[in-house]
Parts: sequence; structure tokens; C-alpha cells
Amino acid sequence: MDLSLRGERLHLWRGERHVLRGVDLELRQGELLQICGANGSGKTSLLRTLCGLSHPEEGRVLWNGNDVRRDLFGFHTALAYIGHEAPLKADLSAQENLRYWVGIRSRCSSADVDSALDRVGAKDWRDRPVRTLSAGQKRRVTLAGLTLLRASFWLLDEPGTNLDAQGQQLVSQIIAEHLAGGGLVVAAVHQELELRTNVRRLDLASA
Amino acid sequence: MRTSALAAARLVLLRDLQLAFRKRSQLVQPLLFFAIVTMLFPLSISPELSRLREVAPGAIWIGALLASLLALEFLFRDDANDGTLEQYALSGQSLTWLLFAKTAAHWLLTGLPLTVIAPIAALSLGVPIGALPGILASIALGTFSLSLLGAIGAALTLGVKRGGVLLTLLTLPLALPVLIFGARATELAIEGASFAAPLYLLAAIAVLGVTLAPLAAAAAVRISLE
Repeated sequence: MDLSLRGERLHLWRGERHVLRGVDLELRQGELLQICGANGSGKTSLLRTLCGLSHPEEGRVLWNGNDVRRDLFGFHTALAYIGHEAPLKADLSAQENLRYWVGIRSRCSSADVDSALDRVGAKDWRDRPVRTLSAGQKRRVTLAGLTLLRASFWLLDEPGTNLDAQGQQLVSQIIAEHLAGGGLVVAAVHQELELRTNVRRLDLASA
Repeated sequence: MRTSALAAARLVLLRDLQLAFRKRSQLVQPLLFFAIVTMLFPLSISPELSRLREVAPGAIWIGALLASLLALEFLFRDDANDGTLEQYALSGQSLTWLLFAKTAAHWLLTGLPLTVIAPIAALSLGVPIGALPGILASIALGTFSLSLLGAIGAALTLGVKRGGVLLTLLTLPLALPVLIFGARATELAIEGASFAAPLYLLAAIAVLGVTLAPLAAAAAVRISLE
């Protein structure tokens, strides 16, 4: 069966603030949805609502046509969410971090971890404690983790922050490969990613 | 291939142990605190062994209770700040189960060392050697319950900046039964009487904690992530 994601009339309130005002979205296998909007327009809130961390006051999220709240565990095994913060421990090395973070979800050998880290250019500093890494390097480690999680649906909050030009290209490349392999990606972005096909766009300011 | 629940819990536990050994000061602080508190009693009351023996149960238990509370603040806070708890909540594994593993790691890092040094503190307060098995058993069970009860408080105060004091206020009333039965077991052990009854009650609290505390902590963490 084809994978699909739908958000129907999502309304989210944060105290007195009406953050999401009836957002509708749809995404099919192999497609990327770029969420654009100014700071504070609710991009992160929308991502957190889609992955089930925040509960919308109104509306629902459908995964393959079923309300995700019916089977949250099943939905979560299919998705990977990367927020602003890299979920990495400063006192562990990149390798150790990934082994624990990814290992909790799916089996991964240290060879898998190393090849994923090589891919993002972390070969020379993969055994250094994360506290000694720059913000961009941490992002790269997070990206390596993302490719290891084996999730079909990616939710990325500003995947390109802190990355150099080469890193930005890496993000586009990783996303393109994921889409080609039949994945789905929702990304909140400031600068639009350069991808040729299958890109949808959702502007939150106008929604 | 998906990780089994048991393997996932093992990873969470190992990760926390490894992290703790990279940051030893957090490990040593509660222990030092316990040692100092119990040392203050001979200084403030009287160095006479017969009088110290009378206050020993209270001294040991108040020290253990405060030292456990001191260590609680770090239980979930770091993981909440760097988004690790979010990843746990979205991992497709049971959050309750993962938090139970975290709490178990916390007990291994604070409760178990306290259990090991409690006999030394007890001996310095003039407690006879025959009372040590009772003290060991009651401190081990008691600190385990305190870790579990504290996990609820730690999870509830995640949303509060500098929630340390609130955490203490929230957890202390819940910890009173542990203090009462623990001190009673220690007292009976020092007198050389049977301490089975209060120990059973401590065990009952621990069982209740194992069954309910991780559920409550997981619910509280989910709310704090929203």
C-alpha cells in the first residue's frame, strides 16, 4: 500500500495564541513538503502536531488514511523527527551517541554507524566527545542518525541550520535519496531546498 | 530490524551509566552529602555512643532521604533539554518502559552507593554489627522506592525552570511512608528484634512504585513535551 500523510483542518492553541488556523496538507510517497513562513508563524508547532507530540484542538492527522491517534506506536515506528536541538549527549562521542539513539529503535552495528558518519564527513572526528564539536558538526551527526533510523516519514525542523554550503548540498542529497526510495519528508525551512521534483510548498503566513 | 523492548531498556540503562561515569561529580555529591549529614549528629548531639545509637535510625534515614532528593533533579532534566526525551517518546517503544530503565539506572547510581556506605555511617554512630543486614536491606529497598517516587516529581517539574525546590516539596510528602518504615526497621535491627514487618511494608511500597510510578512519570513527560 502507498504511504500517505494528510492533515485536516488543524487548529492548535497555545494559551491565548491561535497558532495553527485550520492547516490542511497532503503528502504522498516520494514527495517533499516544504513549510515556509516567518519566525513564529508556527512551523515548529505544525511539525510537533504532525508527529503527535502536540495534540491539536481541532482537526486530525491521517497516516495511510487512519487517524494516527488510534495507533500512535505504529505511526512512531514509521517516523523520524529532528527538532532544533540535536538529541546528542555532550559527554559521549558521535559514534556512542548514534549507537544509543538509533539502537533504541532498530538494530544497528558499529559498521553501520561508521559508514553513516563517513557519509556526512565525520570520519576524522567521530570518536571525539560531542562537546568539542561545532554546531555544524553536530548537525552532521544528527543527519547521520536520521539516515540510520530507517523511518519512511521524516519530519525535519530546519535541517540546514549551521551547515556550510557543502553541508546544505548534503541535506538536499540525503532528502532526494530518501524520496527516491519511496520516503516522505516534511521540512520546515527558511531557505528553500534545491530539489527538482516532487516538491510541495505550504506557506503558513497565508494559510 | 526493530529493537526488542528489553534491548531498548538495556541501551537506555547502559547509556545513563556510561554518561554518569563521564561526569563523576554528580555521582559523588549525594554520597558526600550523606556522609556529612550523618557526621553532623555526633558533633551536634553528643559523642556518647549510647545516645548516638538512639538517634542512629533517624540520622541515617534523614541523610539517605535528603541525599536521594538531591540527586533527583538530574534524573530527566538533561534529557529534556537536549531533546532526548522527545526521541524516546517518538521511538515507537513504550515510554513507560524506557523511563523505568532510566529510573533503575538512577537507583544504581545513587541508591546503591548509598546502600554501600550506609553501614559505615551506621558503625560510626555506634550501631552493633549485628544490625547491619537490617540496615542494608531497608536502605536498599527504601532508596529504590525513593527513586521511583522521585521520578514522578522529576517528570512533573520538567516544565518549571529551576524546579529543584518544587521537586523537593512535591516528593517529600510522598516519601514519608518510606522514611517511617525505613527508620522503624533500622531501629528494630539495632535493638536486635525482628525487623521483618516494616521491611515487608517497604517492599510493598517498592512494588507499588514499580507498577505505578513509571506510568505516572511517562504521562507527566508527555505533557511537558506538548
